[in-house]
Amino acid sequence: MSAATKMTMAQAINAALRDAITEDDSVVVFGEDVAQLGGVFRVTDGLHREFGESRVFDTPLAESGIVGMAVGMAMNGMRPVVEMQFDAFAYPAFEQIVSHVAKLGNRTRGKVRLPIVIRVPYAGGIGGVEHHCDSSEAYYAHTPGLTVVAPATNADAYGLLREAIAGSDPVIFLEPKKHYFTKEEVDVSVPVPPIGRAVVRRPGADATLIAYGPSVPVALAAAEQAATEGRDLGVIDLRSIVPFDDETVCAEVRRTGRAVVVAEAPGFASVASEIAARVGERCFHHLEAPVRRVTGFDVPYPPPKLEHHFLPGVDRILDTVDTLQWEEDVA
Amino acid sequence: MWRCGLSAGQLKAAITPARLLDETGRLVRGAPTPDAEALAEGYRKLVFARRLNEQAGALVRQGRLAVYPSSRGQEACQVACTSVLAEGDWLFPTYRDSAAIAARGVDPVEVLTLLRGDWHCGYDPNVHKVAPQATPLATQLLHAVGVGHAARLKGEDTVVMALCGDGATSEGDFHEACNFAAVFRAPVVFFVQNNKYAISVPLARQSVAPSLAAKAIGYGMPGVRVDGNDLPALEKVLGEAVARARAGDGPTLVEADTYRIESHTNADDASRYRADDEVTAWLPRDPLLRVRTYLTAIGALDDEREQDIAAAAEEMAAAVRAGVGAETVADPEEVFAHVYSTLTPQLAEQRAALRAELELEEA
Ligand SMILES: Cc1ncc(C[n+]2csc(CCOP(=O)(O)OP(=O)(O)O)c2C)c(N)n1
Ligand SMILES: [Mg+2]
Repeated sequence: MSAATKMTMAQAINAALRDAITEDDSVVVFGEDVAQLGGVFRVTDGLHREFGESRVFDTPLAESGIVGMAVGMAMNGMRPVVEMQFDAFAYPAFEQIVSHVAKLGNRTRGKVRLPIVIRVPYAGGIGGVEHHCDSSEAYYAHTPGLTVVAPATNADAYGLLREAIAGSDPVIFLEPKKHYFTKEEVDVSVPVPPIGRAVVRRPGADATLIAYGPSVPVALAAAEQAATEGRDLGVIDLRSIVPFDDETVCAEVRRTGRAVVVAEAPGFASVASEIAARVGERCFHHLEAPVRRVTGFDVPYPPPKLEHHFLPGVDRILDTVDTLQWEEDVA
Repeated sequence: MWRCGLSAGQLKAAITPARLLDETGRLVRGAPTPDAEALAEGYRKLVFARRLNEQAGALVRQGRLAVYPSSRGQEACQVACTSVLAEGDWLFPTYRDSAAIAARGVDPVEVLTLLRGDWHCGYDPNVHKVAPQATPLATQLLHAVGVGHAARLKGEDTVVMALCGDGATSEGDFHEACNFAAVFRAPVVFFVQNNKYAISVPLARQSVAPSLAAKAIGYGMPGVRVDGNDLPALEKVLGEAVARARAGDGPTLVEADTYRIESHTNADDASRYRADDEVTAWLPRDPLLRVRTYLTAIGALDDEREQDIAAAAEEMAAAVRAGVGAETVADPEEVFAHVYSTLTPQLAEQRAALRAELELEEA
């Protein structure tokens, strides 16, 4: 039966986990507080009750332990889906992720593949105190061997997670925690484009906003606002950072001749920088203006009372769009 | 030098909680009589800690604090771990140890700056020798070892009190800290407040060792388990550990057997993972109650003194309400100010851009 239902992103991810566990005996879900509590964001709510301790379980409190054990379980035929409780609490697992999760396939000439999904509630905008709002995607994207997925819609949260779990390579699955409780229509029976494919969320003739994860709704709001001011902005939702969809991005930018990358992470040496560089290299002869970036400042994520100054918002995006050397400026 | 002995005494100390005052407020047999005046002062601190927990909880409900991890039920631990320290000693607290930091002498309003969302740390760590409250679990324990080792290298007799929870003992950093401290004979007291939960995860999922204190044996340091709701016992055990560290005999791992009475934070709903009667069963073991009963019985606490303490605690709470409730204007430019000791050209540029934005908004 296929029908669209209203669900939150947390529920969409929950549904993806439930369906994956149901369909594939090798899928196991574990982490901190994921079983009895159902996760601090309730993403795994009810799964422990439904599937029992062998499929969904709490671990001792150790992220390196969680990811390291996932490596071994994957080597022995399972598909672990693990949760890092918050972005910044994945750092104790960094060694396992960088040295093993990312590299084992390559080290063994493909003899050992690791179908592991590491779910990370990430980014800010929730008034969280320090260590609860990091945008850590650059660390992962910079590490060859990791697929890095960042859904912006609830349908993608479901579809991309299903694909991530079913795939043969490790995936860092970045969940924009600001949107966990945003409701959207989702029809889980309708497949979404695969990992590696960007989607044009809004076509636009004048300039292209390139975003992923929590920045997509912000870019869409900016485009909406721009439309009332007579400027037609398109929005691309990357959906996955690695692999990167050069084709879709460049096709759009070549058409509009102007591009702004929007991302919450600090801009220096960031994913936004990589995107700007790629677009610059590939679309140079089509560009009317340099590719600009609207990102967080190069500072540690600020305390709750100051975070709104840090987060890229509609105004900052539109101010940046205004600098893209429009005809009227030249005249 | 202490050796990882297999002496029955050492094992027993690591497994059976030391106790001086039982749940009914009576001294256990053979226990030394505590100094009445010191215990009365301890009681005052317990009342203050409890009042601070209550006040902070109320401020969360009023939307004045973003979040508050309460140490209700753990106040004896909060008080004892600071009362055994000398002025130059260091405290390395976690997010749950606001009451301990206040007991150390830091203005509670400054302590609550973090949870109020104004800044990541509201006090100067150097003034009271209190590190910023650590959220990434167990990471601070290694810093504590470093402070202690540096003190030894400098010939100072500083002792470092390093706090963490039962859940945090599962992190790799906990083990590295214990081992480093033991190997370098660092003057550190690891004080684990075993409140039986790490958010929803019960102790049984963290460890199946006979006790958390028993882990010390594997690192070659003493481990001592103590009733975490028994102020005099805590002060005795922690005091001995501090004396040992100060004398150059190295670290001790102290585990307090206590209980987290409230949810993990206000954002948590403990009814999802523990039964009410489990909480109710711990209420008679309240750390304030037994000291009060004892002091009253020996005539060291009368109504007048009790009222004085309550009034002083009320005054503190009023100051916290006023301080936390006061409208403050956070300075947006401060996000750039402390990232490096000298502002980088890039940050200067970003600060100028933000300033221009804000000026435009005002205009
Ligand atoms: C490295 C890391 N992982 C996860 C968390 C999220 N987290 C915050 S508190 C907590 C439970 C800690 O339990 P425990 O150590 O027993 O201390 P308690 O909260 O009971 O005082 C968790 C999992 C964190 N802060 N740091
Ligand atoms: Mg605990």
